[in-house]
This record gives sequence, structure tokens and C-alpha cells, in this order.
Amino acid sequence: MTAPSTLRTLGGTSRRRRPASTTRERRERRTALWFISPWIVGFLVFTAWPIIYSLYLSFTDYDVINDPQMVGLENYQRVLDDPKIALSLRNTLVYTALQVPAYVLVALTLALLLNEAGRSAGFFRTAFFLPKMTPPVAAGVLLLLLFNGQYGIVNEVLGWFGIDGPAWTTDPAWIKPGLVLLSLWSVGSSVIILLAALRDVPTELYDAARVDGAGYWRRTVSVTIPMISGALFFVVVINTIGAFQIFTEAYTAYFGAGSSSYSNDAALFYVIYLFQQGFEFLEMGYASAMAWLLFLIIMAVTAVQLVVSKRLVHYQGER
Amino acid sequence: MTTPAVADRSGADEHPEEGIGAAVLGPPPQAPVLAPAGTSRERPRRRTGRIALRTAVVATLVLLTVVFIYPLVWLLSASFKPRSDVFDNRLIPKTFTVENYLTVWQEAPIALWLGNTLVVTALAAVTVTLTSALVAWGFAFYRFRGRGPLFTLVLATMMLPGAVTLIPTFLIWNQLGLVGTNVPLWAGNLFGSAFYIFLLRQFFLGLPRDPFEAAMLDGASSWTMFWRIALPLCKPAIVLTFLFEAQASWTDLMRPLIYLQDSDTFTIPRGLKALVDQFGTGGESQWEVVVTAGVLTTVPMILLFFLGQRYFVDGVATTGSKG
Repeated sequence: MTAPSTLRTLGGTSRRRRPASTTRERRERRTALWFISPWIVGFLVFTAWPIIYSLYLSFTDYDVINDPQMVGLENYQRVLDDPKIALSLRNTLVYTALQVPAYVLVALTLALLLNEAGRSAGFFRTAFFLPKMTPPVAAGVLLLLLFNGQYGIVNEVLGWFGIDGPAWTTDPAWIKPGLVLLSLWSVGSSVIILLAALRDVPTELYDAARVDGAGYWRRTVSVTIPMISGALFFVVVINTIGAFQIFTEAYTAYFGAGSSSYSNDAALFYVIYLFQQGFEFLEMGYASAMAWLLFLIIMAVTAVQLVVSKRLVHYQGER
Repeated sequence: MTTPAVADRSGADEHPEEGIGAAVLGPPPQAPVLAPAGTSRERPRRRTGRIALRTAVVATLVLLTVVFIYPLVWLLSASFKPRSDVFDNRLIPKTFTVENYLTVWQEAPIALWLGNTLVVTALAAVTVTLTSALVAWGFAFYRFRGRGPLFTLVLATMMLPGAVTLIPTFLIWNQLGLVGTNVPLWAGNLFGSAFYIFLLRQFFLGLPRDPFEAAMLDGASSWTMFWRIALPLCKPAIVLTFLFEAQASWTDLMRPLIYLQDSDTFTIPRGLKALVDQFGTGGESQWEVVVTAGVLTTVPMILLFFLGQRYFVDGVATTGSKG
């Protein structure tokens, strides 16, 4: 029963449990609740109440100035009929469908490269992470300038290879691909996550695969990918949720006081439309209904991903 | 030597360290490192082909680094170019000028915006770090009925899209008459934040038990154990929380768009958006002004990164960053 040689930590599990006296237990509980109380207050005021109130608002007509008027299911009916909802949903789905695979593929490729880079990996890891520090507003500015159809560096480089680059920031067909490419620029944090997972893959597995005559490609597909599938799944889920809520880069580049013009139908993403309804047109009830639709969609997509992952994801700790 | 008073505290926890996917914080510095880096991936079984391969990999990485760093260098460079040259894609300006910085200074209250952002960022990061640590400690150290479900609730709030609470939260601040001030940009942090609570709790759970047992024998108060022992032992996680939130707060655009109306109260990203509208897409096409403001928005984050580089990279590797 003495402590094992390993370090005893606060989180360590020891099965031994002494029946604690009730007064002590009560005292401990009270102390714990003091520590936790900030979160409890915050949860009630900034999460629980907003959820309930948002649900209520979604059945009302509310413009902040006049009291909310009950309108029943009208907002939800409107959600179904509003062509801009359909448009913004389609834009968001297309963006997500393009962004998530591209992003994960690039992150994985970079992580695999870094994993083979030996000592210099640390330097490159820093270089790839740096763009992630750029405020999204500034990234939106860079999008407009670097992807500019006439003068931007992207098309200049494409020109070196004889490719006549598209008008990334004005041609509706190319707006989303441009935003996807921009999002790849901040792939660094996911690269770091995947690299950490790669480094946890037991070397014996590679040795065994090598003995069996597996080449690099085969080892990657049959050993590496399954062994880091947990981290890959994490990156996929986090990015899907993020892609569904794309806002700042697109809003900076294509919306706002100056740009009432050209291309913003192609960049009208769901959260941007929600923001406009809520805070530009003060349609608080309608925007609340929109928020709930988004919530349902994100939950459904995450649930599907979870179910699929049950079959595909392998966690190292599992036995 | 075991002191049961604390020993039983560690008892069967309903939360094995699985966290979200692979996102589990590593042990603090005091704990023995589990797997020393670079075990035997680089076993000397390389042949000559191996060196060629390594060279090719590094060459590819150098090329990619240029791609990743170019936009930042281009931005900095463009801010020193006259208007006619902004789009020339050179990294070294043909004509070097600091006039853009003078222009942007005259056209917009840049210093004020930077100051506002600094205040908001500092308040947001300090408050969220302190309160999240308090809550995390409550969940990590004490055992009480309902702890498991309560902590699950903390984690569940992370799944809620911000859009759902956006409007009621605005209405709360509006009711309090604080829309138009910077309070809504940071005061929500007084109540901790689920992601950081999760992160810090993981870290607290890895702390050695001995110092707390000793402190209890000495009759130390709960606060002393938290403030004098737990927090100092968790410095890396505390710094990480501070850095993550400082970045999130400095770079935020949506909330400043919602809550700030008067130009004098703007944070720098909100100000930059205003300049984009006025000088960029708005038609005046003075992109050199926008680019220069972009530099002023970005540079503090680059500095923050280099100050806390170790924490950022290790932190993301073990926690998965905040999105």
C-alpha cells in the first residue's frame, strides 16, 4: 500500500478511499464551491440565461427599441423562405467542403515533412506558426492585396509558370478558393498538433514495418495515419466548426461601409448574414432563429463526424 | 509517510486523462518526462540515400518557409513604399519612405487605438487567467459530490457556437448601459473560460502531491495552498493561458464591431477595418495607409510570439490551441 516509485500527483488514481467524515466533506465542498463560484455565476449569466433568452427571442420580433412581440414560428418560416439564408448556407457549405480537406491535407503534409527534418524541425515549426499570430483583419487586408487579380504576388508567381491567374477577389467563382488559400496560411497550429502526435508513434512499429519490407508511402498509410488518427480527427472537428463560423477575413475584405459592391454575394457566409441581421438591421428575433439553425447544423455535423470516427479513429491508450 | 488526509483526495477520479482527442497537457516540469524526445527515430541505420532525402526535405521546407513568411515581410515592406509602388511586390522598397506612418498618424487616432487595445487585452488576459485558475483548482484539488457532472457541463459549454449567445449577451450589456465602452470586451472574462479551465485543470492534476500534504500538516489555508503553492508550480500553464487570451483579445474583430461605436474607443483591429473601408475598398485606394495600419496591428502579436515562443509552440502541441 505504500506509494509506488512513480511520482504521486493530484490527479493520480489511487483506489483506496477512506470514508470521510461528513463535516469534513461538507467543509471541502464549501471550499471547492468558493473556488468554482466565478464560473457558476458566469455560466448562469452568460451561458444559461442567453440560451434560454435566445430561444425565446427566436419566437419574437425584436428590434431592441420596442418590446419583443411574440410571432410564433414566423422567424423559422422566414429562415426557410429567405433566399439569402439558402445562399449563405450554400456559400458556407462550399467553403467548408473546400477548406477542411485542403487544410488537413496541407497540415498533415507539413507535419510529415517536419518529422523527417531532424534538428531543423524546430526552426521551421516556428516559421509555419508565425502567420497564425497575424490578426484576421490584417489577413483580410493581405487577401485583397496579395490575391489582387492584376497586381498580386499570387498571380505573378502563377505567371512564372505560364498560368493566367483568376481575379481571386472580384470573380464570384474564385472568392471562396481565395479564402481557402488564405486559411491555409494559418495552418501552423494544426501542424504543431500533428507533429506532436507523429512523435508519439512508437518507433518499434516502423521497425517492424520496415522488416516486413514496407516503403515510406506504405508505412505512412498503414502505420502513421492510423496511429495519429486521434489527432487528425481533433484537427478535422475543430476546423469544421471553425469553417462553419468563418467571419472576420471575409467580412474585412468584402463587407462594410466601403464595399457595397461587386462580389459580396459570393462571400456572404452564414455568420456574416447573421451578424448583418442582428446588428445592422436589428432583427434580433430573426437573427436568434438563425443562430439556432446554425447550432443544429454544427451539432449534426459534429455528431456525424463522431460516429464516423468511431470506426476510423484509433487511440493509442485504448486496449 | 502517506498522509491519508490528502491521499484520499486523489481517489478514483471520474475523469481519466483522455481529454478531447489527444489534447492532454503534459506533466509540469517537476514530473519526470515520460518519453524523452528523439528516442530512436534517428537510429544510425541511414544509408547514403538517407542524407539525400534529408536534404530534399529541408530544401522543400525552406521553400515553404519563404511562402509562409513572404506575406508578413511584404506587408512590412509595403508600409515603407510610396503609393505608386505598393503593388510592386518587391521585398525591398525601390523608394524608401516613412511618410505612410506620418499619414496614418494624422488620418487616424492610431496611438489611441493601440492604447485602447492594450488596455482591453491586458484586462482580458489577466482576469481570465486568474479566474480560470481559481475554478480549475476547485475542480482539480477538491472532491465533492457533483464534481463530475459539473465539470462535464464546463466542457459542454465549449461546444456551444458563439452565435447562440451573441445576441442575448449584447442585450445584457445594453441593459447595463455599457455598449459603447470597452467593458463588454473583457468583463465576461471575470468568470473564467471553459477552454482555459480545462487546460489549467489538466496541469494542476499533474502536480506532485507532497507539497500540499506538507502544507496541510502546517495548517495552511486553502487560499495559501492555491496562491503560494499551486500557482507558482503551474507557471508554464499560467503563462500559456495569458498568452492565448492576449492573442485572442488583441485580434478580435467581431465584438469590437458590435460594442464600439465611437472611433475614439476603437481597438486597433476595429480601427483597421474602418481604414479598409475608408482608404481601401471604399474607393480612395490609398492602400499604403491601410497597409501601414496593418503593420501596426500585426507587429505587437509578432512581438508577443517571440516573447512567449516556447509557451506558444509547446502549448499548442499539448492542448490544441483555442481554434
